[in-house]
Order: sequence, then structure tokens, then C-alpha cells
Amino acid sequence: MGNGILVYCEFENGSPRKTAYELLQKAVALGAGPVSALVIGGGDTSTLGANGATRVFQVDAPQVASYSTGAYVKALAAGIAASGAATVLAAASSPARDAFPRLSARIGAGFGVEVTDLRNEGGKIVGRRPVYAGKALVDVNILSAVGLFTVRPNSFPVAAASGGSAAVVAVDAGLTDADVDVKVIDRVAPANKAIDLTEADRIVSGGRSLKTKEQFDEVLRPLAAAIGATVGASRAAVDAGLAGHGEQVGQTGKVVNPSLYIAFGISGAIQHLAGMRTSRVIVAVNKDADAPIFQYATYGIVGDLFEIAPLLTAELRKHS
Amino acid sequence: MKIGVCLKQVPATDTRIRVNADATAILTDDVKFEINPYDEYALEEALQLKAAGKATEVITFTLGGADADPRIRDGLARGADRAVRIDDPALAGSDALGVARALAAALKAEGVGLVLAGRQAVDGDGSAVPAMIAELLGCAQVSWVDKLTIEGESFTAQRAAGGGVREVVTGSLPAVVTTDKGLNTPRYATLPGIMKAKAKPIAVKKLADLALDASSVGAGAALVSFSNMGQPAARPAGRILKGDSASVVAELVSLLHNEAKVI
Ligand SMILES: Cc1cc2nc3c(=O)[nH]c(=O)nc-3n(C[C@H](O)[C@H](O)[C@H](O)COP(=O)(O)OP(=O)(O)OC[C@H]3O[C@@H](n4cnc5c(N)ncnc54)[C@H](O)[C@@H]3O)c2cc1C
Ligand SMILES: Nc1ncnc2c1ncn2[C@@H]1O[C@H](COP(=O)(O)O)[C@@H](O)[C@H]1O
Repeated sequence: MGNGILVYCEFENGSPRKTAYELLQKAVALGAGPVSALVIGGGDTSTLGANGATRVFQVDAPQVASYSTGAYVKALAAGIAASGAATVLAAASSPARDAFPRLSARIGAGFGVEVTDLRNEGGKIVGRRPVYAGKALVDVNILSAVGLFTVRPNSFPVAAASGGSAAVVAVDAGLTDADVDVKVIDRVAPANKAIDLTEADRIVSGGRSLKTKEQFDEVLRPLAAAIGATVGASRAAVDAGLAGHGEQVGQTGKVVNPSLYIAFGISGAIQHLAGMRTSRVIVAVNKDADAPIFQYATYGIVGDLFEIAPLLTAELRKHS
Repeated sequence: MKIGVCLKQVPATDTRIRVNADATAILTDDVKFEINPYDEYALEEALQLKAAGKATEVITFTLGGADADPRIRDGLARGADRAVRIDDPALAGSDALGVARALAAALKAEGVGLVLAGRQAVDGDGSAVPAMIAELLGCAQVSWVDKLTIEGESFTAQRAAGGGVREVVTGSLPAVVTTDKGLNTPRYATLPGIMKAKAKPIAVKKLADLALDASSVGAGAALVSFSNMGQPAARPAGRILKGDSASVVAELVSLLHNEAKVI
């Protein structure tokens, strides 16, 4: 039986992503034994201790320079074994969402997918997650010795780091080139490097009522830029070519969890709500006072978005 | 090459959900079921690959009861050649790994070279079964694919890798590929297709047919359990701002700044 919590910390451009701090701090708050960090690849690990890790387990090898399922699952399994942790947390973003189910099958560890809450019940970590498009929530209880959870980004607050340092323990996962089962032959970064929707703290979204791609771009993108928000869209807007596939929010698009979600001309269909209903503050602008989105909106404006959006852009610019 | 398509039925996305008495699952009596939308992309891709001469046969695989047969028939009507449905009382209470074990055993028994499955089943949104199948089959996996090409024994796939980055990856078959929106536009069944489907077989398999031990699946083998299912807390009633456009906009920004403290 393991002890403590291991947080798989994702890195970007050589530094931990914000989700690493979010999960390390939550792991400390859970009070279920020592908290350690797992790092795959190189990078600056110096801030992990200040955010709660007492040890940093690091697997670094040429085979993990870029992501492949085979090499990462092997590295994760080795890191978990070295740490002796009973619970492993990771942000529900691209690498963990791909690797964790396979890892679960490999090491026989129960897996709670995309939880939005975690609690310590007499030493056992229990996850809580939305199911059926967020229409219900359910507890995930781990029945195996080790439990894995992916956690939806922005589920927990991030406070200023409170000091502390961590010893780095190098872990040899015995990786060979044969472990790189799927090779990345090309990577295309987005032209404008906005924060990924699933991790964005502010989102400005538009529906089919924006009518053309030109209007969508002219009306919404400057508004989003004014507050450093990522742009999202309804499926109807995406299907009509107003926004890209990667910008769709909803059950068959991205599930987002920002502190601010502003919806322009989105009716609030259940499949759209499935993707954004956990947003902390929802603002809806719609000319139909009976649009379902208003039932979920923290603040609502009944009006024409083409009139409201430019005014709001100007007003928000004063604040930034 | 045979292509295996994992096909699951899920409640229609606009279904109202009611929780059972012990709060472990939903009540399914008056729920309308559909093919999981991501599995429709998987089936469509398989049918297109077969039409392009890259596959000899498209077989759907479902773990579930006879109540799934109308969805399986729908898959056959769209063009799948035949279907396998795994149904055994010992599967009751299986978690994702139990489901994956049964599906993997059936896929293996058919000697499938490419497995196409949904990115997630939009009931539990588990996103777990296909990667577990890949582990059990010991083959490569690629998740959230929106463009796929097969050349001989190898595949090339495009996927959104997070952070807006697009990746092009390559590997060798056999492989498990999960589908994302944008991969294709699923066809509907046509009337001739529906007629033809009536003659296509749905083979129902028990654990013994798959040489699976009952102790490796079902509630007894589960690594997770679910409890305490409930509706999310209702959002507090929102506030509709009233007045002319300029004043509601000013009020909104002030509320976002001073009350909600999000800007
Ligand atoms: C299986 C399935 C999966 C789906 N997945 C998704 C998903 O992931 N994401 C998603 O978003 N949808 C999804 N949908 C589609 C969903 O059901 C809705 O059709 C879609 O969300 C509607 O988009 P919309 O709000 O832009 O358009 P509409 O529902 O047409 O609403 C337009 C709104 O704009 C308002 N409006 C019009 N003009 C103006 C104006 N000038 N100013 C202000 N307001 C105006 C109208 O009052 C109306 O409320 C899915 C559907 C299915 C069946
Ligand atoms: N019971 C099942 N029968 C057939 N396929 C399944 C089943 N459960 C999951 N799958 C496949 O695995 C995908 C992901 O499911 P999940 O891991 O439950 O989100 C689905 O889209 C299906 O393709």
C-alpha cells in the first residue's frame, strides 16, 4: 500500500504549467501524506518545491523529448513505482488524457477521469466528476492500491507559492527507441498563441447569430483580446464556418472551466451547456429574453450583440 | 485487413437524467438511445477506408444487452458487414478495464488490424476504454484523430495535441485510433441499407466464447466504483441588467470588476 500523492507536472517551454501548481497545492491541502512531483523530460524544477513538493522524481531521456504514448506510459509507470505514492494526479490535458487510461491498465490502478473535485475520506482520496454532459455528478472510489486521477484544469485555486524546496530524484525508466511507438513527424503551432480553451481562465464565445466569419472576427476577437480571453464558439457557429473546429465549446467540442465565460448570441442548447456550465461567472448577451442560456447566466443582457459587443470592448479596454 | 469499430449506445444528448435509488447510475427505462456520436465518425471512417480498398471487412463490436441491437442494426444499415455483441451476466458491474478486456478479447479473436473507436462515450465521458484496449492488445494508440491515412502496414494521423498545436504522427498497424469531430461527415442509413441490414448477422458472444475468465471482468474485478450520483447544485439565479445599451454595459463591467472580481 502506497503513501502520499504524486503530481505529474506538465512542462511547457522548459517551465511547469500553471496546472502543476494547481495540483501540487491541492495535493498539500488534501493532507494525505507527502506530496511529490513527477517530471518527464527536462526543465526548470526549482519552483515545484515552493508549491508543495517535497521530492521531484524526474525521468529524462532522449525518448521523452516529445510525446509518444509508449515512452510516456513507461516513464509514468517508473516514476509512480519510484515514488511509492498511493494517489497520482495529472491535469486533464493532452498527454495525461492519452496516457493515463493505458497506464491504468498497465499497472492495475483505478482511474478517475476528469474529476472536478477531490476529497480525503479517512485517508482515501475520492474524486467527483461530471457525467452525462454535466447533468449529474458522481463520486469515483478507488478500489486498487494505487489510484489515478486526471483533473479538469482550473478546478482549484492557485495561491502564491509559500516556500520550501524539493530534492530531485532521477528515475531510470529503461527507455529504448522501441518505446517510441508512434512518431511525431510534424507539429504545427497555432498562428496566434492563445491559451488553450480547456485551460483558459477567460473565454469569449459566439454563436451562429454572428452570421459570417468576418463579423465573428471583427466583433468578438478584439473583445477577447481586450481582456486576454480565448475565443470559443457554438457548434452551429463552427459548422457554419465562423470559427475553427478547435474553438467549439460543448459536449462534442471542448469542455472548459474558466472563471469568466461570455456568450454572445448563443441559445444555450444542452450540448453547449455541457461544455461550459462549470464556468464560475457566465455572462449572456442574447436578443431573446427567453433563451435558455439566461437560466445559467450570472449576468444577462437582453439586446443585440452587434450593439453590445463594441460598447463592451471599449469599456473593457478602459480596465486593462 | 479487417477493421473493428467499437460502437456503444448512449442516451440521446438532450435526455433528461434521473438517478437510481442507490445513486450509482441513471435510470434507463424511458431514455432514448443513440449511437455515440464519436462512434459514428469511427464507423464512417471504416466504411470510407473499405470503399478505398484499404479494408476487406468492417465489423462493429458492442458490449451490451439486446436493447443495443437497434443501434447495431443502424450501424449495419449504414454499411458495416457484420456485428459482434458481447453479452454475459458476469460482465455486470464492469468498470472501463473490464469492458476493455471483453472488447479486446473479441477484437483479437477476429484478427482485426485497425480498431476505430470514439474519443469518448458521451454518457460517462470516460475516454478510457480504447487506450485500455490498445494496452491489452499491445498495439499503438492515437487519440482524437481528425485525419487518417492508411498505407500498407502503416498509418499517418493528424490530431489536435492541446495548446492549439496540431500534430502529424505515424506508426504501424495494428493500432487503436480514436476519433474527433472533423474526421468526416457520418452518413445516415438509406432504405436499401436498412433492408440489407436485416440479413446481416449480429453474433452474440459469451465470455466462454472469448476464452475470458469471469473473474477478470464484472464488479469483482473493478478497480473503481461509483457512488453518490446526484444533480449538480443549481446555479444561483442570475441577474438581467436593465437599461439602455451604454448603461448596461457600464454596469456589467463594474459588476465583473467589483462584485465577481473576474476582471
Ligand atoms: C449530438 C449533438 C452534439 C452537439 N454538440 C454540440 C457542442 O459540442 N457544442 C455546441 O455548441 N452545440 C452542440 N450541438 C448543437 C446544439 O444542439 C445547438 O444546435 C447549438 O449549440 C446552437 O448554436 P447557437 O446557440 O449558436 O445557435 P442557435 O441555437 O440558433 O441560437 C442562436 C441564438 O442567437 C440569438 N441571436 C440571434 N441574433 C442575435 C443578435 N443580433 N444579438 C443577440 N442575440 C442574437 C438568438 O436569440 C438565439 O438564442 C450538438 C447537437 C447534437 C445533436
Ligand atoms: N460497451 C461498449 N461497447 C462498445 N464500444 C465501447 C463500449 N464502451 C466504450 N466503447 C468504445 O470506447 C469509446 C470511448 O468510451 P469511454 O472510454 O467509455 O468514453 C466509445 O466511443 C466506444 O467506441
